[in-house]
Formats: sequence, structure tokens, C-alpha cells
Amino acid sequence: MPGTETKHKVRDVNVRMLRGGSGPPLVFLHGANGLPVWLPVFDLLAKKFEVFVPEHPGFGSSDNPAWMRNIGDLAMYYLDFLDGLGPYQVHLVGQSLGGWAAAEVAVRNCSRLATLSLLGPAGIRVKGMPSGDNFIWDAEESVRNLYHDQSIPDRMLAMPVSDEQADLMLNNRFATAKFGWEPRWFNPSLERWLHRIRIPTLVVWGKNDKLFPSAYAARWGERIPGSRVEVIADCGHVPAVEKPEQTAKEIIRLYAGTR
Amino acid sequence: MQFTFFHLMPYRPLDLTERHKHRAGWVVLPNSLYDPKKGADEYQSYIEQLVYAEKLGFDVIAVNEHHQTAYGMMPAPNLIAANLIARTSKAKIAIIGRALPLVNNPVNIAEEFAMLDNLSRGRIITGFVRGIGNEYHSTGINPFFSHERYQEAHDLIVQAWTKPGPTSFEGEHYNVRYVNLWPRPYQTPHPPIWIPSMGSSETIKWAAAPERKYPFLVTFSGRDLVARYLNLYREQAKQFGYEASADQLGWATPVYVADTDERARQEAKAGMETLFNDFLAVPFQMLLPPGYMSLPSMKNTLKMRKALGAQKRHSIDELMESGTVVVGSPQTVRDELSKLRDATGAGKLIVMLQFGVLPDDLTRRNMEMFAAEVMPQLRN
Repeated sequence: MPGTETKHKVRDVNVRMLRGGSGPPLVFLHGANGLPVWLPVFDLLAKKFEVFVPEHPGFGSSDNPAWMRNIGDLAMYYLDFLDGLGPYQVHLVGQSLGGWAAAEVAVRNCSRLATLSLLGPAGIRVKGMPSGDNFIWDAEESVRNLYHDQSIPDRMLAMPVSDEQADLMLNNRFATAKFGWEPRWFNPSLERWLHRIRIPTLVVWGKNDKLFPSAYAARWGERIPGSRVEVIADCGHVPAVEKPEQTAKEIIRLYAGTR
Repeated sequence: MQFTFFHLMPYRPLDLTERHKHRAGWVVLPNSLYDPKKGADEYQSYIEQLVYAEKLGFDVIAVNEHHQTAYGMMPAPNLIAANLIARTSKAKIAIIGRALPLVNNPVNIAEEFAMLDNLSRGRIITGFVRGIGNEYHSTGINPFFSHERYQEAHDLIVQAWTKPGPTSFEGEHYNVRYVNLWPRPYQTPHPPIWIPSMGSSETIKWAAAPERKYPFLVTFSGRDLVARYLNLYREQAKQFGYEASADQLGWATPVYVADTDERARQEAKAGMETLFNDFLAVPFQMLLPPGYMSLPSMKNTLKMRKALGAQKRHSIDELMESGTVVVGSPQTVRDELSKLRDATGAGKLIVMLQFGVLPDDLTRRNMEMFAAEVMPQLRN
């Protein structure tokens, strides 16, 4: 069942947002490739949650405010966004760039968060284990290197790209560079504040992640007190797409543990 | 016309078979392919060529900056400029240019240029560029902020050169409490600033603005594009309420002259083809990282690229056909250059007479023929 598409306004910024399901609110923060479509994992989560998937400012067809300059601005924007959803505790999930944003939100203020799920998040650096250079990868590598099961990129690359889609993808690429180019995919001060995340937290990583090595998962686990780390076999950088059942199951399990 | 002899200083001994085992001749090309002994010979040859250009009557000798590449061996072009100052006496020395956004304190650029200007007693011409897209990969600087950093760095450098110090500068990217150059530039108000560019309407408008009137140089483009961009500059100047002078308009192109068209084509072929296909060519995502161009320009570029299809090797005939390079007998070269001069009103010609793997002996003959049989006729 596809989610419905809405516009969501926070202060001066209008963003595109997909939503569906019913239950306690879950906000999913997408990764660098944006939010082209409602994903199967959202359907699985929608069985338990009311799922909100905002398209970040600067991505796709969302507004691109000039003041949005760095990951800290994105985090503060999402604190405003959560306030705007109403007086609820929210389950926050973030994939890659979205996981970085979710962690930046959580170190600032956990009071609105019920749980936190980080799926292959950017945001920290483990010395000696450099991330893949997604900005030097060509268009095909950029898709292939994100997945372990190559039938997924086979299907994606076979789909024709309209001029309109190409424009939206370029918006995503620009916004991604703004947040992630330098320092490459991390905020030097984030790691030292991760202890401030004092809510039930799950870290999910694809064992075969070529962008951020799965060894990063352990570092996140060490830094966030009481967090649980799940490394998924035969899975690349995007567990939510490559292993939707397992990803949804772990998020739901985290939620069940809070009840 | 004012004539500039421009050098890129490519690393000619590059193993081209090895080169193509890598993504590009930039950033990721292993520097084990660089042999310092051969490199030292290259520097010596190239500096001799630049010094010789003064003897041949060129008005300006010029170098530029590139990083982590076999395409050009001048990550620090001011070092070459300092050497040229000591070995020449009348030619202007142009550094076109320094890549402003790639540094974290542009005051350093202002200082170095001011030093060179003093050392040369006012023979320095500067160029302000953003660096090629590849250089955002090699330096790590975020291309998303390239335009902003360029503008701020420009403002900061000009302030450092012209406002009695100490002053301070308050920008988004550069915030400097003490701007107080010792030495100040030798020339008043400051050394000339040239703007080499592949051409973008934003840059043209900015360079042509009455408070700047910076000479605009179109680089490495076919004759139609050169004419289009230079005429755009003239149009823009008119809109600003003045007539652009010939001095404000220039173009940069590789040139090869020999007795006959056929001989010129044969002798230039390897040099021209290696320049464009082996040294310069890089994948799209390296050449144009996100933000290097504005979003609308990038969207247009992507559509044009989609229409053009896959990139292939350029032959010398295609390069000559499009007017990206000028190759032929003295008569052919004179005709081609004067046609473009007359169509655009350009008063600056920046020629690259060594390009790609072109060897020293052919370079020298090319320089001599150009100086004897092209330059004097075009001067008036």
C-alpha cells in the first residue's frame, strides 16, 4: 500500500513528505539518494507505526533554504520539525546521511524521542578505515557499490531516467555534497557527545557495506550507552532496501522492548 | 594585440598505457609514475622555453596552477614566476591563475603576489580562478561552496592590496582580523587581474562589471564558443553603460605553425591528441563535482551531455575543425586567428606553443615561426 504524499511546512520551509500507516509516530530520515518512492520497508513499518518520511530541505522537490548550510542546521531543523508534529514521543529512524542527522538530533535533545534506529549512519570517522569515495564513483558505481546483491542495481540501472528525475537527482547530489563533502561524511565533534543519547538505540549495519565499513558499527555501539548493534549478512550500505524484513523486524523489536 | 606565451608544463614522460589503467591523469594517478630525474629535466626545458619567449618578443609569459596531475607540474606556480623574474627583464609575468577557493587563507595569495610584484618591479599579472573540478577532489575543499569562497577570497585579496592596513575581513568562509600586507604590491592600485574561464554567464557578468572591468579569457573552447562568450562580455559591458576595450577580451588556445598545413598537422598531432585525451580528459564526476557549476548550469550541461552520448577520443582533425586548436602554415594560422580577432574584437591572445607530448625541438621551432611569421602581422 503506497503512502500518501503531502507537503509539510515548518517555519519558512515546505518539504515533500510521504506518510502512511497508523500507530505511534515514526519519522524516517532518508539517505543521500533522497526519497524517490515509498519503499517496501515503509509498508512493513506502517503495520505498527504511523510512518512519516520527510524529504530533507534541499533534496528532491523540497524547499532549499539558503540558511541550511551544514549538518547542524539540518539537525536543528528536525528538532523544529518534531515540535511541529504535535506533543508525541517519536521513533526516529535514519539511513546513512539521515542516520547522521538523527544522531545529531539525539545528541542535542532526546526529550521527544522514544527510540533511535541508525541504519549505516554517516557522522563519525574511524581512523584507518576510510569511507568509500562516493563522489569519485561514476553513475553506475554509485548504484552498484551500495548493494551486495547486484540484482538490485541491475534493476535500478535498467530503469529509464526522465529529465525531470535527473534534475531531482542532481538536487540530491548538490545537497549531499553540502553536508558530506568536507570533512568527508563526519562531524569531528559528534562522536564525543554520543553518550548523551540515553534512549533505546539500535545500530544496523550491512556486513558488506562499501561506503562505511561495517567495523564502524562497533564504534557506534561503544559510544552510545546501552545500544544494540545488528550486523546483517549479505547486505550492503542500505539495509532498509536490501533487507527490508530484517530491518523492520529489528526496529519493531526495539519498539517492543520499550513497552 | 598583446601576445602571451603560456605554459602548462605537462609531464611528458608519462607512461600512457599505465595512465589509462586509472580513472584519470589526475588525483588518483599513482605518483610512482613520476620520475624526479625526468621531471627535473622537464622543468629545465620549460623554464628555458618561457625565458626564450621573452627574447622572441612575446609581451607576457605565463604559468598556472594545477594539483596532483601529470597535466601540469605547477602546484605552486609562484615558484616558477620567481624564477622567471630573475631570468627575464622586460616581459610581464602572468600567473593565470591561482585557484582562490582552494586555500584556507587567501591573504597568503595576496602576500605572495605582492612579493612577486615587488621582486619584478611591477611586471606581475595575476589571474583568479576557481581551480578545475578535479582539484576539489585533490584538496578536499567542498565544491558546493566554491563560488562563495571565490567571491570572498577575491574581495579579501583586493581589500588587502588596496585598503591601508590593518583592516579586517568578515566573511562566511574567511574571517580575518588583521589584513595588513607587508609588502604592499608594487603596482598601483594593484597588479592586473585576469579572469580565465571556460565561460559562464555569471562569471562574464561579474568580470565585466564597471568596478572591475577584468580582462576575460576564454580557454580551451571551440571558435564558436570563444566568439559567443567574448561577445557576451561586450554585450554585458554595453548593458553596464560602457564599451569593452580590446584589452578586456582574450582567448587562450594551443597553436602550432609549420611550413605547410600538412606538416603542421602531422607534427602537432601527437601533442594535441595527448593534451586533450590523455592529460586533460577526466570523468564527468571529477570534472564537475556538485556545486562547481550552479545548479541550473549543471542541469543544462547534463542534458547536453545526454544528447551528445558517450565521450570518445578527439582527433586532431576534430579539434582543428571546431577551432579548439589552431594548426597550419603561417598563412592559415594568421587567417584563423585574425578572423576570430575581427569577430570578437579581442586584444589578448594567449598561445600555448608546447602542448601534450610535443618535444623540445618542435616546440622551439613552433615558437620561432609563430614569433616571426604570425605575431608581427597580427600586432597591428
